[in-house]
Amino acid sequence: MDDALKRTPLYEAHRRLGGRMVPFGGWEMPVQYSSIMEEHRTVRTRAGLFDVSHMGEVDLVGPGALPLVQRLVTSDVGRLSVDQALYSPMCTPEGGIIDDLLVYKMSDTHLMLVINAGNTPEDLAWLRAHPGPGVTLTDRTAEIALLAFQGPRAEAILQRLTRTPLGEIKYYWFRRGVEVAGRTVIASRTGYTGEDGFELYAQAGDAVHLWDAILEAGRADGVLPAGLGARDTLRLEAGYLLHGNDMDKTTTPLEAGLGWTVKLQKGEFIGADVLRRQKAEGIPKRLIGFTLEGRAIARHGFPILQDGAATGRVTSGSFGPTVEKSIGLGYVPPRHAEVGRPLAVEIRGRAVPGAVTKLPFYAREKTA
Amino acid sequence: MYPKELRYSKEHEWAKTEGKRVRVGITKFAADRLSDVVYVELPAVGADIAFMQPFGVVESVKAVSDLYAPVSGKVVEINKALVEKPEVINMDPYGEAWMILVEPKDPGELGQLMDAAAYAAMVGEATS
Repeated sequence: MDDALKRTPLYEAHRRLGGRMVPFGGWEMPVQYSSIMEEHRTVRTRAGLFDVSHMGEVDLVGPGALPLVQRLVTSDVGRLSVDQALYSPMCTPEGGIIDDLLVYKMSDTHLMLVINAGNTPEDLAWLRAHPGPGVTLTDRTAEIALLAFQGPRAEAILQRLTRTPLGEIKYYWFRRGVEVAGRTVIASRTGYTGEDGFELYAQAGDAVHLWDAILEAGRADGVLPAGLGARDTLRLEAGYLLHGNDMDKTTTPLEAGLGWTVKLQKGEFIGADVLRRQKAEGIPKRLIGFTLEGRAIARHGFPILQDGAATGRVTSGSFGPTVEKSIGLGYVPPRHAEVGRPLAVEIRGRAVPGAVTKLPFYAREKTA
Repeated sequence: MYPKELRYSKEHEWAKTEGKRVRVGITKFAADRLSDVVYVELPAVGADIAFMQPFGVVESVKAVSDLYAPVSGKVVEINKALVEKPEVINMDPYGEAWMILVEPKDPGELGQLMDAAAYAAMVGEATS
């Protein structure tokens, strides 16, 4: 056991449930409890509960908070309402992606950033390297536990534990002071699975109580705890990127297919110059989705072959339990990136054929 | 816990003598560790395999693992049904999920494998 790995308040709960613990981003996290595919299918058809307390939370408070974040992220935080959140990459001056994050607007002078576990130290260093007048930064990671309850039945089951009408909280909006199972949380209608659901920001000391209460409330509905393995297959089917795999400091948001988050007209931000140039001149590589024939899995780093030559590399790959296909993401030159264009991935010396696929691989039926 | 009529390799394959041939698969311990198996790559019929050398691959959602031959010899049959439905490995590792049938070159090699008791001791009878 590596003593340097951090544990969330739910570590013992994971062990009790038979969680297989692995190192992830400096934390000891459950990759699965029963089976990745069973947990995945449960999220898609009922609901699953994830411990994502390893994510980082940073409070930026003061009149300088909004201008600071506006300078650091590509999206336009000026358009956020109080109780609304947005998703954005954060770039280097070269346009590379330091991290992708959520920005929560608590008030005109208070933003909460939610950042990837593995990038928390670097993100904090980056934020601290760009102090503004009138901004106080507080790292709240250790105080906050984050539970993600995702699936078509998540709202109905969670509703049994709270008097707050959850239907009033719309997608990418949140509400503070929500009482769930007697504990106060921020309930955010966000997630990383492609299903409806909520992410609950709670005090670390309330994590176990909330975890147990939600699993108990959903027991008869077949709710299961779900680990990082299922989280990865779910997000991949939904076409969501994983920082470190599909994007990093060597890729810009335009190359990664995140152009929709880039709001050049909002004013200056770090990386804007490079992105403006890319918009005018084009990009050298483009992230694509692909589907392969057969069931062999494309793994990170495997070569992508097109027209007999290696044109790029796989960044993420897996077997999608819902779409029942071998799927993945990778970078190829833009001229090879059209949907339907044939390709192959070299898997253990064999060129496995497939084609560029439109993202997402899976989209839930929207009822609202 | 582990079928007594089988012999076991330290890489978690089992071998079953059937007259002059040997049937090969992976143990429940290995199948449980892999959990969601999505793909099995087996050698072609007629291929030669060598003792404790990789003869194929079993792929789960999270990882790909080599399969090691518990005997040297020639592959005379492969389990096509397993390739069609790899998840059988998690359901019936000693029966329906057999992988290859081998004509062994040196039946003495089976003596180098473990019996059920020794294998159980190696993997620890405790739940994983």
